Amino acid sequence: MLTLKQGRQLQTVLLGTLAWLVALTIFFPIFWMILTSFKTEIDAFATPPQLFFTPTLENYLHIDARSDYFHFAWNSVVVSFGSTLLGMLLAVPAAYSMAFFETKRTKSTLLWMLSTKMLPPVGVLVPIYLIFKDFGLLDTKFGLVLIYTLINLPIMVWMVYTYFKEIPKDILEAARLDGATALQEIYRVLLPISKGGLASTVLLSLILSWNEAFWSLNLTASSAAPLTALVASYSSPEGLFWAKLSAVSTLACAPILIFGWLSQKQLVRGLSFGAVK
Amino acid sequence: MKQRLIPSLLVSSMALASLGAQAATVTIGTVNNGDMIRMQELSGAFEQAHPDIKLEWVVLEENVLRQRLTTDIATGGGQFDVMTIGMYEAPIWGKKGWLAPMDNLPADYDLADIFPSVRNGLSSEGTLYGLPFYSESSMTYYRTDLFEAAGLSMPEQPSWDQVRDFAKALHKPAQEQYGICLRGKAGWGENMALVSAMSNAFGARWFDEQWKPEFNGSAWKDTISFYVDLLGNYGPPGASSNGFNENLALFNSGKCAIWVDATVAGSFVTDASQSKVTDKVGFALAPQQVTTKGAGWLWSWGLAIPASSDAKDAAKAFATWATSKEYSQLVADKFGIAAMPPGSRASTYANAEYMAAAPFAAKTLESMDRADPDDSTLKPSPYTGIQFAAIPEFQSIATQVGKLVSGALAGSMTVDEALSSSQSVTEREMKRARYYQ
Repeated sequence: MLTLKQGRQLQTVLLGTLAWLVALTIFFPIFWMILTSFKTEIDAFATPPQLFFTPTLENYLHIDARSDYFHFAWNSVVVSFGSTLLGMLLAVPAAYSMAFFETKRTKSTLLWMLSTKMLPPVGVLVPIYLIFKDFGLLDTKFGLVLIYTLINLPIMVWMVYTYFKEIPKDILEAARLDGATALQEIYRVLLPISKGGLASTVLLSLILSWNEAFWSLNLTASSAAPLTALVASYSSPEGLFWAKLSAVSTLACAPILIFGWLSQKQLVRGLSFGAVK
Repeated sequence: MKQRLIPSLLVSSMALASLGAQAATVTIGTVNNGDMIRMQELSGAFEQAHPDIKLEWVVLEENVLRQRLTTDIATGGGQFDVMTIGMYEAPIWGKKGWLAPMDNLPADYDLADIFPSVRNGLSSEGTLYGLPFYSESSMTYYRTDLFEAAGLSMPEQPSWDQVRDFAKALHKPAQEQYGICLRGKAGWGENMALVSAMSNAFGARWFDEQWKPEFNGSAWKDTISFYVDLLGNYGPPGASSNGFNENLALFNSGKCAIWVDATVAGSFVTDASQSKVTDKVGFALAPQQVTTKGAGWLWSWGLAIPASSDAKDAAKAFATWATSKEYSQLVADKFGIAAMPPGSRASTYANAEYMAAAPFAAKTLESMDRADPDDSTLKPSPYTGIQFAAIPEFQSIATQVGKLVSGALAGSMTVDEALSSSQSVTEREMKRARYYQ
């Protein structure tokens, strides 16, 4: 018979083990991708899969010789950060008005915004392509910034709205009594309080923009193509390509993975936000 | 001062504008495979010879590229100046006026050197719309060591029945040695390429002379029953998810006794850097059955210029260079003679050095010679194409039929159910497209 203390210890160990198992399961594909990137094409295709092998850098050297990685990476940085910045500039005032000046249509407006995410993107490919063509936005970084902003805006508004709703209205009223304008209210009071929540919204938008492949493949050719287009260029229907594809995928993931690692504190804080009350 | 400044600014801007007009940028959309990547690597030589032309590359996987190019050309997007397209797209897009004709080619290009079947496949109503970069048929690869050990002998062109008997004799799954590897992954360019060529050999056709599908006929039933039985019993596990690459990996690692697939695989299975069976591979023609017509397929990747391109002359200069004899020689010098783009030019196969260096070349040439997209079925058919019918609706129809055939192979439905559904799907699409009422 276990004592209460022993029971708790056992529970902690079991939960810890489970958490590790889940984490390792989630991480395994990424681990395998990194491992494969150091294999030769024959080793990458070997059955049964090889865990131990002689590592090689030939895939990375091949990518370096064939593609201008930094051109694609720079495009990814510009469009991800650009669309996130533009998205936040629109999402914060929208969420502010919805959270603090709620009308009877606020809820349905929010739901309507989110419903635009339910349409399969390919359904609007031709109209968007024609609009981009007419406005000269095809294969431009600005065009991608616009489309990514539009894609992520509903989620950004929802997230910021949720964080703003957690903030007691009294704090804003106090600021108003002190003579703050609406802009000062947002800039001086709201943003500092909800810093953690906003940081996680920014991070999510960055990750979504960084990984977006459908629009980046369809709306770019050479000059504005981001890393997702580079990854797509290494998949082949005729010929062995897994090792090279793994290497280029590792290179494409690396910057955002490092960025996420560095900002995990803000992300966790954002996710557990709500301690204001 | 101001009066002088304005004319001088005007002159400088005009000079800059003329510089800009001289340097044409050619954006090339192409697929990711060995031959195309070599073309990208060697393109520096073209840019050196044409300092007024700058090349930009968009390399994508075949299906992604097809969707990307289709969107661009159908909307007149003008994002590409050279498009890598296949025998399926070239005549359809050419007929719609989406492509610039490939006429007035330089005299030394020697168009007559290109195989007539390839030339015709990239043309519509006698007008050429794409210059072939490389072309392929299909053939049978087999392991000479296993055949020898089992006392078997592969004919020049086996029948599918013979292939089944060989596969049965050499199928040893306990030793991870499978009798036959064939495409099973669903897709009009995947399993349906093989199954369509196989159906031709069994005497089937996609459509009768009135464009009515024939999946409810005995020829299709014989084909699919045979295919499911052969691959299901003597193929590797999970064959319904194997495409070209998966089978290539299986064959190269010594796990397939026989493999029927594209002739372009000849250079992969004999390449020591990726194959463990380089010196144990034999080559035969694609299997026949009740007929030899259409038994081996025909495909070509060509370089075409969209009508929406604003740099057509520069694009044509590049397309002619990349498909010329001069380019083939450049590849031979840089990467070895066996790496020359196969299947397009008769002169490649007249080169004794190439024939000696590429053990698969003789069978590739014979397969290419036999492939005739205008006469690929036992009974007459209204379409051109061997493993496809060159009509816009085919891609959608064959994708759906491919899923049904793959389902029958995986055991999720019977052959009869797959054929009956294929018939109704195809009838619906053809009626909708008003081929008949």
